[in-house]
Amino acid sequence: MNEHVETPPVAIEDLPLLRASGLTRFYGDRIGCRDISLSLWPGEVLAIVGESGSGKTTLLNCLASRLVPTAGCVEYRMRDGTVRDLFRMSEAERRVLMRTDWGFVHQNPIDGLRMSVSAGANVGERLMAVGARHYGKIRGEAEHWLERVEIATDRIDDDPRAFSGGMRQRLQIARNLVTNPRLVFMDEPTGGLDVSVQARLLDLIRQLVADLGLAVVLVTHDLAVARLLSHRMMVMKGGVIIEQGLTDRILDDPREPYTQLLVSSILQV
Amino acid sequence: MPSRLILTDVGKSFVMHLRGGVTIPVISGVSFSIDAGECVVLGGPSGIGKSSILKMIYGNYGVEAGQIICACESGKLIDIASADARTIHALRRRTLGYVSQFLRVVPRVSALDVVAEPLAAQGASHEEARRRAAELLARLNLPEALWDLPPATFSGGEQQRVNIARGFITDHAILLLDEPTASLDAQNRAVVIDLIAEKKKAGVAMLGIFHDKDVREVVADRVIDVATFSRRSNAA
Amino acid sequence: MNETAAIDAKDAAPVYNFAYLDEQTKRMIRRALLKAVAIPGYQVPFASREMPMPYGWGTGGVQVTASVLGPDDVLKVIDQGADDTTNAVAIRGFFEKTARVATTTVTEEATVIQTRHRIPETRLGANQILVYQVPIPEPLRYLEPREVETRKMHGLAEYGLMHVKLYEDIAKHGHIAATYAYPVNVNGRYVMDPSPIPKFDNPKMDDCEALQLFGAGREKRIYAIPPHTSVVSLDFEDHPFKVQEFSEPCALCGSRGVYLDEVILDDRGGRMFVCSDTDYCERHRPEDGTAPVAVWEEER
Repeated sequence: MNEHVETPPVAIEDLPLLRASGLTRFYGDRIGCRDISLSLWPGEVLAIVGESGSGKTTLLNCLASRLVPTAGCVEYRMRDGTVRDLFRMSEAERRVLMRTDWGFVHQNPIDGLRMSVSAGANVGERLMAVGARHYGKIRGEAEHWLERVEIATDRIDDDPRAFSGGMRQRLQIARNLVTNPRLVFMDEPTGGLDVSVQARLLDLIRQLVADLGLAVVLVTHDLAVARLLSHRMMVMKGGVIIEQGLTDRILDDPREPYTQLLVSSILQV
Repeated sequence: MPSRLILTDVGKSFVMHLRGGVTIPVISGVSFSIDAGECVVLGGPSGIGKSSILKMIYGNYGVEAGQIICACESGKLIDIASADARTIHALRRRTLGYVSQFLRVVPRVSALDVVAEPLAAQGASHEEARRRAAELLARLNLPEALWDLPPATFSGGEQQRVNIARGFITDHAILLLDEPTASLDAQNRAVVIDLIAEKKKAGVAMLGIFHDKDVREVVADRVIDVATFSRRSNAA
Repeated sequence: MNETAAIDAKDAAPVYNFAYLDEQTKRMIRRALLKAVAIPGYQVPFASREMPMPYGWGTGGVQVTASVLGPDDVLKVIDQGADDTTNAVAIRGFFEKTARVATTTVTEEATVIQTRHRIPETRLGANQILVYQVPIPEPLRYLEPREVETRKMHGLAEYGLMHVKLYEDIAKHGHIAATYAYPVNVNGRYVMDPSPIPKFDNPKMDDCEALQLFGAGREKRIYAIPPHTSVVSLDFEDHPFKVQEFSEPCALCGSRGVYLDEVILDDRGGRMFVCSDTDYCERHRPEDGTAPVAVWEEER
């Protein structure tokens, strides 16, 4: 019945940025995630949803090469167009990739920031790591990115300890974006924030992702966050993907029993 | 005029796992096509599955049976029923537009930017997109004072006009209209009727649901009675 | 190689092996030293021993000195540039007793110089070894407390963090405020903490003719700068590295271009600036014995 099916329209970039196949991670005899395959294209936001223990964070960490999978591989299309198997790259290459072409936004900003140095130094660190040695230029870039994430530039010399939770999270985002990454991993980026703060942050992320054309792998247990930010969604349970598709398709027409349970549990305001 | 959208034997039911796995039939055997420059209206009593058909075409609902072929400007044919999420997403950006009854409000984004967004997503400059958005909002008589405000606090009618402007701003070749005039006054209804007429002239294929009989009679080239499609067999 | 220092039996003093440490320990330390010389600026772990002095009093430097010292060596020990401070006197006495080596305060005469917090003003030569006492060998620790991570950063030459520290200085003080333990890049590869010497001394490490050895006893690390190795102080293009400058000469010997210590003279704000290197100062005083007029400064 699919004789008319064609490849996607020519207008979109046709090569995936990130491709995982057969990704499996065991913790002893417990399953973290099992046999997961996925592709992510430039500019695409993929939400991985599921409850605690569903394996979504394990999957995220395997994709981001922060965790070595028991089996399977993750390939990434580098800026020069070559496709590399992450776990066959040297650690040095991988770390360069992680601080240039990638970003990682932690749920708890303390995990992603240097709390003892100023906001400006937090944003400038990646630039210095890739060789920037002009103080004035580094500071100029830091100011620019603080503005982008709606932090007043006169806070540039303040420590993140003096920042509210929402500001810290925005600072963490700025710190990640300063090298113009193409792919950002986000682990519950709005978790633990007040609802009003969350809304502002979500909107900021939404705008940045659209303006910068970022590809994002977003882990969240909050379907409202996934609805607002993601184009595509994967539902995980027990370490495997039980349903995936367009975000509004999953939310409007959930098929699996567990997905239906999740969707029916969204609070209506 | 060439066919833009061809549905063949499309069917859908819901399985409600939280209610003991009961299957709720929605519709089946849906077959029709829409040509470029044509506005086809789905008719029939409410609850018959008109919205479900729109949602299947737009990809919000999965399609259980049949195929929905969309003819892109490039000449490519895409079966929405079996296409992957990314294909549908690209299709929505370029080819397939949707005006729903209700605006899904995004916090903090101004009405003007809500309207401009789909055009900007197609690559138009920010200024150009906002200029076109302003034109449309003016045409739809949305007070200019509201343009820079997020629509969350707008009245139903105001929100709907924002939504209409957002749906009509692009030159999508196919437009799905889910009761776009439902809560509009006569003046703004007339504006929407004009907009639809302009789209027709531009060769856009439209499929709509209009409960308002007056509007339906003006815009519809053809009415398809959804009641003629059978429900799922197990409900019979 | 039996260098046991014979101690007269009638002294009834304990018989120490030459330079206190046993031969196996010295071998172990020498192996670490060889590795350190082979990889300039790299911190080599070693099995630091308990020494008869508390940590922080130079246990690392003493172990390195003990391992390189031979019976014909002439030893000089300085603490903040001075030969006559408690620590310097104690360590000098220690080796006089355990190794019976000749000691000196004259920089040119010494073959091994153990130092805390200074490099002598007198240019060092090819026949000399400078041994630094190091409290904290890890320059990255201030910003990254995890040793596993800092080692990885050294391994991969990821030194952006070092500049984060300098950035912070400029952001907070308008200039790079670090005045001592100022980080350097050795031989274009490893970033190294030069121990808490004033940054004034940093240029002396570059292309130095003498062998420079660093010992951190508590931290169990040894590192080295072989002779004629490039040592570059880290900086920014628009905030280049600069050493301290003193407006006045030494109040005692009149030398300029040397590192001066501030000496408080009374509780009314009286102070003067004198050479921190006591040997250098003494040998640069005017022949006639008249000290130049001390520079007094009134408290602002």
